[in-house]
Amino acid sequence: MKGLKRRLIVLERIIKAGAINFVRNAWLSAAAVAVMVITLTILLFSVIARATFNNTISQINEKIDVSVYLKDTVSEQQKDTLIIHTKQLKSVKSVTYISKTDALESYKKQNQGNLDLLLAISQTDNPLPASLKIKPVDPNQLNELKVFLEEPANKALQSDQTSYSGDRKVAIDKISHATNFLQKAGLVGIIIFTLISMLIIFNTIRMAIFNRRDELNIMRLLGASTWYIRGPFIVETMLYGLVAAGISLLICSALFGLSSSAFEASSLGLLDINFANNYVVSHYWLILTGQVAVGMLIGAASSYFATRRYLKFKSAK
Amino acid sequence: MILLDRVTKVYGKGTTPALDRVSLHVEPREFVIVVGASGAGKSTLLKLLTREEKPTSGKIIVGGIDYDKLKDKEIPYLRRRIGTVFQDFKLLPNKTVFENVAFALEIVGTGKHEIRYTVPRVLDIVGLKGKEKRMPLELSGGERQRVAIARAIARQPKILIADEPTGNLDPKHAWDVVKVLQKINQYGTTVLLTTHNQEIVNKLKRRVITIKDGKIASDHAQGDYKGL
Repeated sequence: MKGLKRRLIVLERIIKAGAINFVRNAWLSAAAVAVMVITLTILLFSVIARATFNNTISQINEKIDVSVYLKDTVSEQQKDTLIIHTKQLKSVKSVTYISKTDALESYKKQNQGNLDLLLAISQTDNPLPASLKIKPVDPNQLNELKVFLEEPANKALQSDQTSYSGDRKVAIDKISHATNFLQKAGLVGIIIFTLISMLIIFNTIRMAIFNRRDELNIMRLLGASTWYIRGPFIVETMLYGLVAAGISLLICSALFGLSSSAFEASSLGLLDINFANNYVVSHYWLILTGQVAVGMLIGAASSYFATRRYLKFKSAK
Repeated sequence: MILLDRVTKVYGKGTTPALDRVSLHVEPREFVIVVGASGAGKSTLLKLLTREEKPTSGKIIVGGIDYDKLKDKEIPYLRRRIGTVFQDFKLLPNKTVFENVAFALEIVGTGKHEIRYTVPRVLDIVGLKGKEKRMPLELSGGERQRVAIARAIARQPKILIADEPTGNLDPKHAWDVVKVLQKINQYGTTVLLTTHNQEIVNKLKRRVITIKDGKIASDHAQGDYKGL
C-alpha cells in the first residue's frame, strides 16, 4: 500500500515536471510542435481524402449495371431460365427484369414534357424491348458475365448490343488510379514527415537534456530511477503531440469551412467536399482521438530514444 | 558493511591500474578515513562503491548487496541506501537550501508531509537552521557542503560516503564539516571519508587507510597521516 502511494506520488511529480518543462521550453517546443502539426495534418488529409474517394467510387459503382435487351420473341420460360442462370453467376449481385410495358412507362415518365414524342409513341406498337438490368458485384470483373452472355444460346435471345459499363468504367478506372496514387503519396508523405518530426523532437529533447545535464547527473547520483528522469521528457513531448493534434484539427476544420463556403458545398470532380465535411463531423471524436494518439506516440517514441543513450549506466569494466 | 576483495580498476588498456588488488573490510558504525595523494585511487574507490564505475576484477559487497549480481535497474536503489557527499557539492543552483535537500526525498517518492517534517530536522543537525530559503550561491563553501551532507543523510542511509568534503574549504569550515560527520557517525551511520587534510586526520584519531599508487599502503585503527 505504501509502495503504491509512493509510486503515485512519483507519477504525479513526473507529470508535473513534464508540464513545467513544456511551458519553460515554449520556444524550443514551438519547432517540434510545428513540424508535428504538418505531419498530423497530412495524415488527416490522407484519411479524409481516402474516405471521400472510396465514397465517390462506391457511389459510381452503385449506378453501374449491364442492360441485356431481349427480343420480343423470347418466351416467358426462356426469360425465366436466363434470369435464373444469370443470378447463379458469382459476379452478379442482382438481376431485375423490365418488361416492355415497364420500359414504356419509364420512357413516358422520362419524356413527360415532350408531347410530340409521347404522341408518336402512342400511335405505334410499343417499340421498346424488354430488358434485364444486371448489377455486378464488382464493375471491374465483368468477364464471367460477358462470356455467359456471349454463349450462342443466350446471344440468340438478345436484340440489341448489350450495354456494358462503357464510359463509366473509364471514369472508375481513373478514380481508382488517382486514389491508389494519392494513397501512396500520402503514405510516403506521412512517413517522411513522421521521421522529420521525430528527428526534430529528438534534437529538442537532446538540447533540453544538454541544458539540464548537471541536474540530471545529480538526480542519477542521488538514486533517481531511470523513469523518474525520463518521465518528464516523455510527458513534455506527449504534450507537444496533444497541442499539435489540436492545432492540426483546427487547421483542417478552418480549411473545410472555407472551402465549403467558397464552393457552396458543391462536388469538385472527384473530391466531394460535402461528403468530406460530413465525414469529419460524423467521425469528429474518432479523428481527434486518432490525432492525439498518433501525436503522443510520435512524441513519446522520440524522447524515449533521445534519453536512452544518456541514461545508460557505465558498463565498461 | 563494506567488503572489497582484491578489487582492481583499470581505466584504459595498457594503463597502470587506478586500483590494484585492493581488499578492505569496514564494520557497521565505523568511521574510516581514506588518505592519499591526488591520483592515488581514493576517488576511484568511492566511485566503485556508488557503482559509478565497474571494477575490472574483484568482488564488492556493500550492505549485503553483491555488485556482481546487481542489475542496471537496481543501481538507483543501491544509491538510495548510500548517502554521498561530493567534493564539488553538486547542489542545484536554482533551488533553495530546503529544496535541495527535499530533492533527494522527492525523487524516491516521499510524501509532502514527510518532506516538511524531515528537511528542517536534518538542516538542524548540520547547523543550518534558519537558512532554508537561501540559495546555494548566497552561502559560504562550508555551508554549501553542509547542505550537501544534509541532503545525503535525509534518507537516513546506513552508509555515508564523503569524497574530499573539506577539499574546497578553509580550515574553520573544514572542521565544521568534519564535526557534522562525527555527529552522524554517532547516530549509527558508517562513514567513509576521503581527504588529504593532514590536520583533520591527525585530530580525529580514527581508522586511517592510506592508498598509494592504487594499493593499500597502510591500515591503522587509530592512524595518522604524515602527508606526502
